[in-house]
Amino acid sequence: MPARLELSGITKRFPGVVANENVSFSVQPGTIHALLGENGAGKSTLVKIIYGVQRADEGTVSIDGRVVDIGSPKAARALGVAMVFQHFSLFEAMTVLENIALGMDDPPPAGALEAEVRRVLDTYGLSLDPHRDVHTLSVGERQRIEIVRALLQKPKLLIMDEPTSVLTPQEVEQLFGTLRQLADSGCSILYISHKLNEIKALCASATILRGGKVVGRCDPRAETARSMAELMIGGSLKDLSNKEACTYGPERFAVSRLSAPGEPPFGTSLKDISFSVRSGEIFGIAGVAGNGQNELLAVISGERREGVSGEIRLEGRPIERLSVSDRRRAGLASVPEERNGHAAVPGMTLTENALLSARAKKGLAAKGILRFGAAKEYASAVIKAFGVKATGPGATAGSLSGGNLQKFIMGREICQEPAVLVVSQPTWGVDAGAASFIRQSMIDLVAKGAAIVVVSQDLDELLELCDRLAVLNEGRLSEPMAVQTISVERVGLLMGGVHGAHDADADAAPRAA
Amino acid sequence: MVLVLQPRREPSKAMVWAAPVIAVLATLVVGALLFTALGYDGFGAVNAIFIQPLLNSNRWQDLLVKAAPLTLIATGLAVGFRANVWNIGAEGQYVFGALAATGVALVTLDMQGLWILPAMVVAGVIGGMAYASVPAFLRVRLGVNEILSSLMLNYVAVQLLFYLMRGPWRDPMGFGFPQTAMFSLDQTLPRVIPGTLIHLGVPVALAAALTMWFLMARTLAGFQVRVVGAAPNAARFAGFRETRVVWMAFLIGGGLAGMAGTFEASGPFGQMVPTFPVGYGFTAIIVAFLGRLHPLGIVAAALVLALTYVGGESAQTTVGLPAAAVGVFQAMLLFFLLGSDILVRYRLVRKGAQPKAAPAAAPASTRAVPGAAE
Amino acid sequence: MTPELAVSILMAVVATSTPLLLAALGELVVEKAGVLNLGVEGMMLIGAVTAFIVASATGVPSLGVLAAAGAAALSSMVFGYLTLTLTANQVATGLALTIFGTGVSALLGASFVGITTGTLGLVFPAGLASDPILRVLFGHSPLVYFSLLMTLAVWWFLKKSRAGLILRAVGESDSSAHSIGYRVIGVRYLAVLFGGAMAGIAGSYYSLVLTPMWAERLTAGRGWIAIALVVFAAWRPGRLLLGAYLFGAVITFELQAKAAGWSFLAPEVLTSLPYLATILVLALISSRRASARLAAPACLGKPFRASA
Repeated sequence: MPARLELSGITKRFPGVVANENVSFSVQPGTIHALLGENGAGKSTLVKIIYGVQRADEGTVSIDGRVVDIGSPKAARALGVAMVFQHFSLFEAMTVLENIALGMDDPPPAGALEAEVRRVLDTYGLSLDPHRDVHTLSVGERQRIEIVRALLQKPKLLIMDEPTSVLTPQEVEQLFGTLRQLADSGCSILYISHKLNEIKALCASATILRGGKVVGRCDPRAETARSMAELMIGGSLKDLSNKEACTYGPERFAVSRLSAPGEPPFGTSLKDISFSVRSGEIFGIAGVAGNGQNELLAVISGERREGVSGEIRLEGRPIERLSVSDRRRAGLASVPEERNGHAAVPGMTLTENALLSARAKKGLAAKGILRFGAAKEYASAVIKAFGVKATGPGATAGSLSGGNLQKFIMGREICQEPAVLVVSQPTWGVDAGAASFIRQSMIDLVAKGAAIVVVSQDLDELLELCDRLAVLNEGRLSEPMAVQTISVERVGLLMGGVHGAHDADADAAPRAA
Repeated sequence: MVLVLQPRREPSKAMVWAAPVIAVLATLVVGALLFTALGYDGFGAVNAIFIQPLLNSNRWQDLLVKAAPLTLIATGLAVGFRANVWNIGAEGQYVFGALAATGVALVTLDMQGLWILPAMVVAGVIGGMAYASVPAFLRVRLGVNEILSSLMLNYVAVQLLFYLMRGPWRDPMGFGFPQTAMFSLDQTLPRVIPGTLIHLGVPVALAAALTMWFLMARTLAGFQVRVVGAAPNAARFAGFRETRVVWMAFLIGGGLAGMAGTFEASGPFGQMVPTFPVGYGFTAIIVAFLGRLHPLGIVAAALVLALTYVGGESAQTTVGLPAAAVGVFQAMLLFFLLGSDILVRYRLVRKGAQPKAAPAAAPASTRAVPGAAE
Repeated sequence: MTPELAVSILMAVVATSTPLLLAALGELVVEKAGVLNLGVEGMMLIGAVTAFIVASATGVPSLGVLAAAGAAALSSMVFGYLTLTLTANQVATGLALTIFGTGVSALLGASFVGITTGTLGLVFPAGLASDPILRVLFGHSPLVYFSLLMTLAVWWFLKKSRAGLILRAVGESDSSAHSIGYRVIGVRYLAVLFGGAMAGIAGSYYSLVLTPMWAERLTAGRGWIAIALVVFAAWRPGRLLLGAYLFGAVITFELQAKAAGWSFLAPEVLTSLPYLATILVLALISSRRASARLAAPACLGKPFRASA
């Protein structure tokens, strides 16, 4: 039997970078095959080629033994290839049904389509209301739209691009059930991820990409997560240096009864949020995206003050009425989730980007006049201290890779030695080397007595980094839990909005490393 | 050979300044061909508009006099455009400012003193600012699109001008013509070079551009404007308030337009007439873009657009080109500029040519899909 | 008020509303596809002058309307090429198109100022016009019925048709539409083309029906009012009809008051009314800002370039 999908010698170049170089592998019918690699390894480009969003410069794609030319997603769908994107291709202001119809080449009339959608939902035990507007749905429900869209085409090959990065552990389990059921019925699945435990649990074969090239093939069930990770990274993993045990000082940062309306049109409002962080402590806020994380960060940093009620105290001093700049002067630093256009201006130089948040503490402006010399010096210092790969302080932020820009942004805040750092998704879309560097730099910062609040969707990251964590769901924050004694199942339930019985484990002892 | 566009890794700094030059050259060539096709002497027209005024030293003072208001208005507009504040109402602010100055002039017609002209300028600037503050207020407080509101006010300002000329401000000794009395000597803008048309407004416009250059490049206020325009969320992150920048942009734009109106009224016109608005407020939009929103670029661009006014007038007599042709040339200039702008971010390469590529040493996740995020 | 006056006022409201409705319907479709074309005024002027020239040359006014649609659509392609293919700033390019249309129309129309030509005739025999009710119902220019038909057509297209669904999807999220496999740029080109043709027809209405003659800047900023109407209507064709007739009423009031020679309002004040009304309406509508933001196409005015 010929392979369902076979790639041979695929090469794709972009200006300044080769995204894929001579990539070859095959996927057998009815199997779940993992495509494994770090951010930037070239996975996304590769699947875009298979799905006809982009064209390869060299190489061939074969389906069921026949070399095919896939010029568009439409052509891909005609060949039985379906795809679920990492960043959903959905339309917020439209209904589920409209979204599904848009994903099909020749949809039946609305009534017939609805019947078909309900049949697919039943078959796979998924729940979804076809008449709801997308912006009212949770992330898991949104993904279901994409899956239903794909399944309606009765695909021979389903591509899943990082499907679990936004799901709760329970939703992940449910998704895996659906995928196994699908594979049993003969559909091949190409599963793209960098989460090794998931791949071990789900996939029978794997291809590992690094720097655009295939660097390994394996049976994930026979490998350890560590061995696959080392193949993926191309080196041995370095453990984070441990924090010294029990160095908590006094309370540095506290939020109490914080409420704020959601950002129109689709934002989540914050409801009665309280927590506190001590000197030397890293406090984690877990949760699925879109549950108020961005709102919380904006309210804490002072970017949003309208309609906010409650208290924010920094070293005992109320700061909720202060402006963004005054909060910075008081010792608060923040790093929002979005790098391009929020934490940094892509079209401006690193020197200018240093001016955004380091003006007051580093004296980069005096009496309304910018001190470019000082700003350049500071940007250079950050580049050096954080090992940012850039042509210099004159490079535009947009010319840096995601990991390097994130290192610069984190460095810009950490080098100001803030008393409190609030950071969202510190390592989102960042390669493993930069991610471990960034995590280490946060650990070093608390070792000097600062307090850190980390908002992240990556539960593994929070478990590794934090002393305590709480879960944000629909704008409400759960009781804080000591990471040491935490159960992942319980966190998963909280992330999914199940507020069950309380086992009061707040304020436990620091995590032994 | 088929040329295709390929994204650059960094915007080309050279192209930023080459694009306006390309636009001017393309306008000359295409304009000549277009007007020839329309049955005019196209090459004669281009020669008369863009070349002859440069060769004739007598016309240079004309150029400077026309470039001065364009520079003033465009300098102010550029502040707004940089901040994504689309003040299209400069024409109205120019007229309203001039009317405010004229009001002062009419009250002080029989008085004497060196304070009168400065008072007119102050009134003109405040008038322009006041008129600009309407769209600013509407945007900041009610979220009204400033493009539409500021544009609508242009029509209203012109109607106000007509009303005042026809009624209250008409010169009683003017044989019924709808215009004010001539301004007195103390109300007239002095010439800086005796025997020429070059009035005080010319050096003031240059000084305004230089000042704005310093403000935009070196001060925190200018930096705020640039950050708000480039990335509003980053501006919030930096602690800059967008509403303040919107107000600043409108007040500077309106103030400078009002100042330009005052200079025109008290200089070349010497009185207020219904034909006072000649479209400087709209042409200044082109000047601002052609000058790359950079104060010094604006000075150069103002001279180019001044050519179309000065040369356009003489082309009417020399090659019989209708006055409206000037507008066509101006619009073409802007079209070509906007079109050639793509060369700042993209390069032209032969189709099928290998993109310049380095081995993927550094992971480049954010660049893997060039341009798609925009 | 005599019945005769009432009828003539009603007729005038319909007459003055129609070009606003035509141009705004075009712009509504353009904006639904995620493109902001501020060149409506310029395209209307190009349409107006083309219609007048062709109607005078051929003696067939309906040919003038067709030519107007074609010429304005052609000019919209300049906008389309710059903003869609070359990803130029849409606001600036739209302004350039308005400046261009103003200049070109004045240039082409220079020798036509002050002359008259055949106007677009009525669809129904003049005999019916004596009865006031029949006149109100059937006594309008064919373009009036066309504009009402188009309102219905645009509503059906956006709400019911698959092509309309795709157009809305492109305006809602260009990147999603692209990744599913829709040709974002192609859809937008078609929308811009439609917007151009509609603006052209709206322009022809001024030079062949309403005025009917050619003068520089004949449309006097009505193109801008049409753009404001789209915002006012929250991108809904039904509300657009309402808004256009509301503005038709304001303009009719202006004209009637001038004709009646009311001295307590200066003519300049009356002329300013539509512009002031536009600002007022925009201010009122934005008081419900959240719902307005929900109605606006999410990608409005943002450039899109598909990755290579």
